[in-house]
Amino acid sequence: MDLASVDVIIGKHNGDATALLAIMQDVQDVAHYLPREIVEHVAKRLSVPMARIYAMATFFGSFHLEPRGKHICTVCMGTACHVRGAKRLVEQLERDLKIKSGGTTADMMFTVEEVNCVGACALGPLVILDGEYRGGMTSGSLTKIVEKLGKEEGGK
Amino acid sequence: MGKIRNPKELHSYREELLAKRTASRKVIAVCCGTGCNASGARKVAQALVDEIQKQGLAKEIDVRPTGCHGFCERGTLVLMHPEETLYQRVKPEDVPAIVEKTVKNGEIIAEHLYDDPVSGEKHVKEYEIPFYKHQERLILGKNGLIDPTKIDDYIALGGYQALAKALEMGPDRVLDEVKRANVRGRGGGGFPAGRKWETCRNAGRQQNALPPSGEAREGGSVPAEKRYVICNADEGDPGAFMDRSVLEGNPHAVIEGMIIGAFTIGSDEGYVYVRHEYPLAVKHLTVALEQAREKGLLGKGILGSGLCFDIKINRGGGAFVCGESTALMASIEGKVGEPRAKHIHTVVAGLNGKPTNLNNVETWANIPLVIEKGADWYTKIGTKSSPGTKIFSLVGKVNNTGLVEVPMGMTLRQIIFDIGGGIPKGGEFKAVQTGGPSGGCLPADKLDIPVDFDTLVEQGSMMGSGGMIVMDDKTCMVDVAKYFLNFLKFESCGKCTTCREGLRRLHELVTEITEGRATLETIQLIEELAATVEAGSLCALGTTAVNPVRSTLQFFRDEYLAHVNEKRCPAGVCKALITYEITDACTGCMVCKKRCPESVISGDKKQKHVIDTAGCIKCGICNDVCKFDAVRVY
Amino acid sequence: MTVKFTINGVGVESAAGANVLDTARRYGFEIPSLCHHEAVVPYGACRLCLVEITKGGRKKLTTCCNYEVLEGISVVTDSPAIRQHRAMVLELILAEAPDAEPVRELAKQYGVDTSRFAKAAGAGTAEKRDCILCGLCVRVCSEIVEVNALTFNGRGDQKGVGAPYLEQPQNCIACGACAWACPTNCIGFVEEGGMRKVVKWKRELPMAKDDQGRPFAPVFQLTHFKQRAKAIQADFYKKAPGDR
Repeated sequence: MDLASVDVIIGKHNGDATALLAIMQDVQDVAHYLPREIVEHVAKRLSVPMARIYAMATFFGSFHLEPRGKHICTVCMGTACHVRGAKRLVEQLERDLKIKSGGTTADMMFTVEEVNCVGACALGPLVILDGEYRGGMTSGSLTKIVEKLGKEEGGK
Repeated sequence: MGKIRNPKELHSYREELLAKRTASRKVIAVCCGTGCNASGARKVAQALVDEIQKQGLAKEIDVRPTGCHGFCERGTLVLMHPEETLYQRVKPEDVPAIVEKTVKNGEIIAEHLYDDPVSGEKHVKEYEIPFYKHQERLILGKNGLIDPTKIDDYIALGGYQALAKALEMGPDRVLDEVKRANVRGRGGGGFPAGRKWETCRNAGRQQNALPPSGEAREGGSVPAEKRYVICNADEGDPGAFMDRSVLEGNPHAVIEGMIIGAFTIGSDEGYVYVRHEYPLAVKHLTVALEQAREKGLLGKGILGSGLCFDIKINRGGGAFVCGESTALMASIEGKVGEPRAKHIHTVVAGLNGKPTNLNNVETWANIPLVIEKGADWYTKIGTKSSPGTKIFSLVGKVNNTGLVEVPMGMTLRQIIFDIGGGIPKGGEFKAVQTGGPSGGCLPADKLDIPVDFDTLVEQGSMMGSGGMIVMDDKTCMVDVAKYFLNFLKFESCGKCTTCREGLRRLHELVTEITEGRATLETIQLIEELAATVEAGSLCALGTTAVNPVRSTLQFFRDEYLAHVNEKRCPAGVCKALITYEITDACTGCMVCKKRCPESVISGDKKQKHVIDTAGCIKCGICNDVCKFDAVRVY
Repeated sequence: MTVKFTINGVGVESAAGANVLDTARRYGFEIPSLCHHEAVVPYGACRLCLVEITKGGRKKLTTCCNYEVLEGISVVTDSPAIRQHRAMVLELILAEAPDAEPVRELAKQYGVDTSRFAKAAGAGTAEKRDCILCGLCVRVCSEIVEVNALTFNGRGDQKGVGAPYLEQPQNCIACGACAWACPTNCIGFVEEGGMRKVVKWKRELPMAKDDQGRPFAPVFQLTHFKQRAKAIQADFYKKAPGDR
């Protein structure tokens, strides 16, 4: 994402520092994470200290300061999904992909993350794979899907 | 049609719409809420559109993608008006037959009908199905009739008539009506909305009261103090999705409520703060706001009155604590969501230091109803202390998971068993968790209590936003307490020592119990620490964080004692305390052996398999895949 | 405008806008705190200054550092319940900062010699040594020095403090204000080998020397002052401190 596009976003919010959360979200919608150069650029343009933007980026769970994998596997950890065994799905992904929840595989193919309830509780346990909501997941069905995605790209 | 310039034009516009939508024109409503979308609803809707087109029936039949119908367990739901025939679990490949038989010839296809898990009975009409029969769907009912991306659907049903009426009544009479209706906050606090509106309205005023901002007066409108109106759509309680469905399915109900509120309080600027995790709600709300502006229902001079009001959307950043009103306002101001002290109320000094009225999505959605039908009608529903209905998300170990809207005062038993269809797979009811992470777990002997704000608090829990999570005998209540503590210590803003360190340590202590490393002193320390976490924390996240562990200790103490004294988990959940064993029911099919991630299952084909417990990691996969119920957990 | 109220039954008065904690201390009432300093805006993190305040007939247990004085309130600064909560808070803080002498002293006053909670992860290690997340370093750097080199990061039990990206703070002028403000003395501020070091942030800056070859301040800091106070002549700092 180039800095000119960042300036367009800042302009859309009238360069108003109180719109910081929205500006960061709009940037991440395009760049898929918050690259450091962009964070520094936003700080300069809005005349806010880097400290404040870093605090925001690490406080709010939706922001990522590192690039993420091609396939994002989000496991819902809401209460309804929890009583239906959501934790086991996370453990399965950690086993299959050999990373800890929150991390990304070395080949940048998969990111595993947890989210606290997306409001599709009737379908629990639920995993969002590349934006698609998949309900009634079991460790078995999850492994199969991840295998398939991995093979499609010629990855592992 | 451009802007609607006055109430009369609104009325005639509605008449025009109704004339076009004659009773002979059928409507097939396909539930396209997030839940049914995950079950492929969009494909079903498209298949219907294509098939209707193909059969040349497009003029007589309107395929309408709607918001959530509430019966998420049985998605994709297809509801046919005016017959009110409901088909459930519909797939795209079912569509041609449905159009040919049911739509064209009125013939019912039995396999798509709802079949009751308890009685086995099949039902044709939506309103006969027990799940729906016992509900009173004043708010959610409209979801089945409205395409949320079409404002005309809302207006045709009578939408914005309440606004027209309110403008005629004037702010004083509207305030009076809302106060008399005793609409209590549906977000968790249960605070009377009317009183909140009144305090906000009067905040910062001189003795000779200034009129609400924007109201036309002789000589032009009189400028007054800035006031804000906010809709809290940061529904963060895990297991709750009522607000999501209202926003996705009927955003105009919320918008209309906010405009009426702004008129009464004297505000020209409103915000809807929506959780980051609800993209469809943001999308539908954006479309709805645009369409409302086009029709002159938002902006300057609404419906020809002096009222000027518009609404902006703010997306949450992924922080549960931003459901707390001062943290929410901080994030709108571009800061981290750290709550602040509330002895100065936000209605007096809130967003940007100005008087701010914040209400929950469902609270706002109730307002048009109250104005349209009046407080006398409204207070006849529900209980004296809690009038009206409440939408609950009934989830967990229950047959009919979904959203249910019932009058306040219905009992837990009626909700969970009559509407919810009871516990699946022959399980036994153990507890129902209400109020999210701020609430408590109520045991079986509380099933007959009427559900309203005050009763739930008296009994040791609270209503919260309306999450109702049913738990059975295979749920460990100590594990539930651990789950909520884990959630809250992660979501805490981290400022207060009592909350941040207190929850960290409470989680550690409860974990010790689940791992068999605790003593009776552990429980004592938990109770002592909980008292200080509650007394010393700044905001409701901290002060109510102790409710799950406290209520489970109160009602399920025996379970805690089994973990502590016997190092045993009666529900078979806590990994450190359970053993997986294969029973004689084993047929030697080798499926579990192949799937075991640690390869600790041995045994040849047709031989009883054996788990080497030393290497077993208790992942539970063998139990999941066994078709013969031969795995025992104890 | 003066505001009149009572503390422990004693009539007191204060200027409007002051907070109850500062007022109480002015009158000699002892209330413990770790995250409070009169020079910066109250934050309310440590929760030690809990008192009972009755306003309009309703009694509430609340922190008093961030409670603005109000006409007619009555404040109680000590009671068995208050002591019990303060003791528990100190037990929590002691687990975070087991080696910090000021914390141990204060805890002893409330009968807390050891903490029943396990040592905090990282307590005693260089990274998290004795930090109780009171925020004084951040607030002082932001509100007084106005350099904004430090910030809180993360949230909940993962909350921490440091420079953006957890690197050496880029704007830090090594003035030592954070080290001075820290209630557990966990920041570390030393000068050696011509370098000034703010230990916790791993900030090291070379010192400028006066015309007698004595190091007296980091070059970076002097540049910062020159930029902010444009009247300082370029050679002002060349003279020895006593001669300027």
